[in-house]
Amino acid sequence: MKTFYWLVKREFWEHRGGFFWAPIITGGVFLLLNIMGIITAEVLGASHGIHFGASGGLHNVMSEMDAGDMSKVGFALDLAMYSATALLTVVLGFVVFFYCLGALYDDRRDRSILFWKSLPISDTSTVFSKIISATVLAPIIAVVVGIVVGMLQLLILAITLSFHGVNVWHLLLMAHPFRIMVNLIGYIPLYVLWALPSVGWLLLCSAWARNKPFLWAVALPVATGLVISWFGLMGLFNLPTTWFWKNIVQRGLFSTFPGTGSLFGVNGESIAHNVAGGPNMDFMDLTNTYQLLASPNLWMGVVIGCGLLAGAIWFRRWRDDS
Amino acid sequence: MSAVITASGLSKRYKSSLALDNVSFQIAPGRIVGLIGPNGAGKTTALKAILGLTDFTGELNVLGFDPRKQRDKLMGDVCFIADVAVLPRWIRVHEVVDFVANVHPRFDRAKCEAFLARTKLTANQRVRQMSKGMIVQLHLALVMAIDAKLLILDEPTLGLDILYRKQFYQNLLEDYFDENKTIIVTTHQVEEVEHILTDLMFIRDGKIVLDADMDAVGERFIEVMVNADQADAARQLKPLDERQVFGKSIFLFDGANRAVLEQLGETRRPSISDLFVATMKGTYA
Repeated sequence: MKTFYWLVKREFWEHRGGFFWAPIITGGVFLLLNIMGIITAEVLGASHGIHFGASGGLHNVMSEMDAGDMSKVGFALDLAMYSATALLTVVLGFVVFFYCLGALYDDRRDRSILFWKSLPISDTSTVFSKIISATVLAPIIAVVVGIVVGMLQLLILAITLSFHGVNVWHLLLMAHPFRIMVNLIGYIPLYVLWALPSVGWLLLCSAWARNKPFLWAVALPVATGLVISWFGLMGLFNLPTTWFWKNIVQRGLFSTFPGTGSLFGVNGESIAHNVAGGPNMDFMDLTNTYQLLASPNLWMGVVIGCGLLAGAIWFRRWRDDS
Repeated sequence: MSAVITASGLSKRYKSSLALDNVSFQIAPGRIVGLIGPNGAGKTTALKAILGLTDFTGELNVLGFDPRKQRDKLMGDVCFIADVAVLPRWIRVHEVVDFVANVHPRFDRAKCEAFLARTKLTANQRVRQMSKGMIVQLHLALVMAIDAKLLILDEPTLGLDILYRKQFYQNLLEDYFDENKTIIVTTHQVEEVEHILTDLMFIRDGKIVLDADMDAVGERFIEVMVNADQADAARQLKPLDERQVFGKSIFLFDGANRAVLEQLGETRRPSISDLFVATMKGTYA
């Protein structure tokens, strides 16, 4: 267990740029764009003589809100916080994708694999430490950074509004930062399961390719898809073209992007029904997101992912620096 | 004590060539074995087989483990420094020390830090900022702090200047080696290891062509410096090799009668590099 902790720590040292700085910088840029937007609005507003909130209109609106409206305000604030995280998850998707592609390849290229393999660590634990770094460590950092950025964003909005004499501090209390945190952290196990086939495929290519793992990982499924589409165009063999693109290419390559499970994996109607039927508008609610567990798509992916990972471990065992 | 390494019928085939051709040997504990051969002779393949880094056919037992199946357990007792500096370029000195200290049960942190204190390395320095000699110093400090039974060195001093090279072997002998440890070293700079080796192995085209301890080598191989008038007589005795120096001929004999040779001229023990060159004649032809 101690060895495993240090293996994951090792991954963090090596990939501090992707795991730690990438979300921080993205979050920083996100906040900066927010501030720039606010300044633009202020300047334009001032030059056109619009005095937002000066008439006390917003104040009146707020005082007239009933409980239902209040929960909608809370939801809108939550949504604003999610928007910060949304940007980070896209970045996270790229980071995890390229991390997996390089994880079992880079050390073979620079021959440092000879050093790692001279330590009493099994290839299985090495590969597992990479899986955990990609699917647990990186998302946790992204979620924490996302929540901090989301809160800062609300704070900036509130400060701006208070300059206009609008006191929105008590409105901020209607946001649910802790629920968001629970929802986002709670989503990570689901992400692990959903991302498994992609992580497996990318790590397999990373462990197997003698050079250019990116080309193999992407070109192989895409080329197969093109051939199938080509036969499809000619009306030959009646191959399931759409099915292949959706379930092999897209699922195999892009499942490292968090949320793709919820977008493509579940029957859309069941979610829509829930959202419309209940007062709970929180689409990220765990009772909502965990509907994915009922999807055979998820479990097929898990099974295939485990197979691919077993292959990655096997290749890790026998491929050396040559 | 039983052998550290026992190999029998070891073979390894790459696509076009046979890197190891039915090799058998034994290495006893407390020895420093030089594994010497020309480029592409199979030295690195043999070491990789011992370290469990490559597949092969035949029987191989290293410290009671099968390296193919139990590499991770084996590495608790074996250390390895490869031909080029292979420490990851992104890692810092304190990170690699922390890491090895926590994953290696036989690592002595205080010892490692004492070795590092003798160098110019600083804790926050990254490997990519170091010269080749410094990387080898760091690697050696890590390895010498591990109480391993077997140390494998594959061209450890390649590309280092003479100061680093001398220091490397000196550290190894003074602070590391003892009768419970075994060292296998491959190198092209034969003169440098000549005086520290206890055993010699020559490998050529995947076969072991010489496997003897240094005393036996000294008894078996004799070099004679012969005047021109006696040269023909010396050639009659089928020398392994002949070369001319200052108008005299130097003949190298394998297993000849010492008394006979002493009548021809001055005898002496050949250097390993001369022996090597004679044994490997025609390798690249």
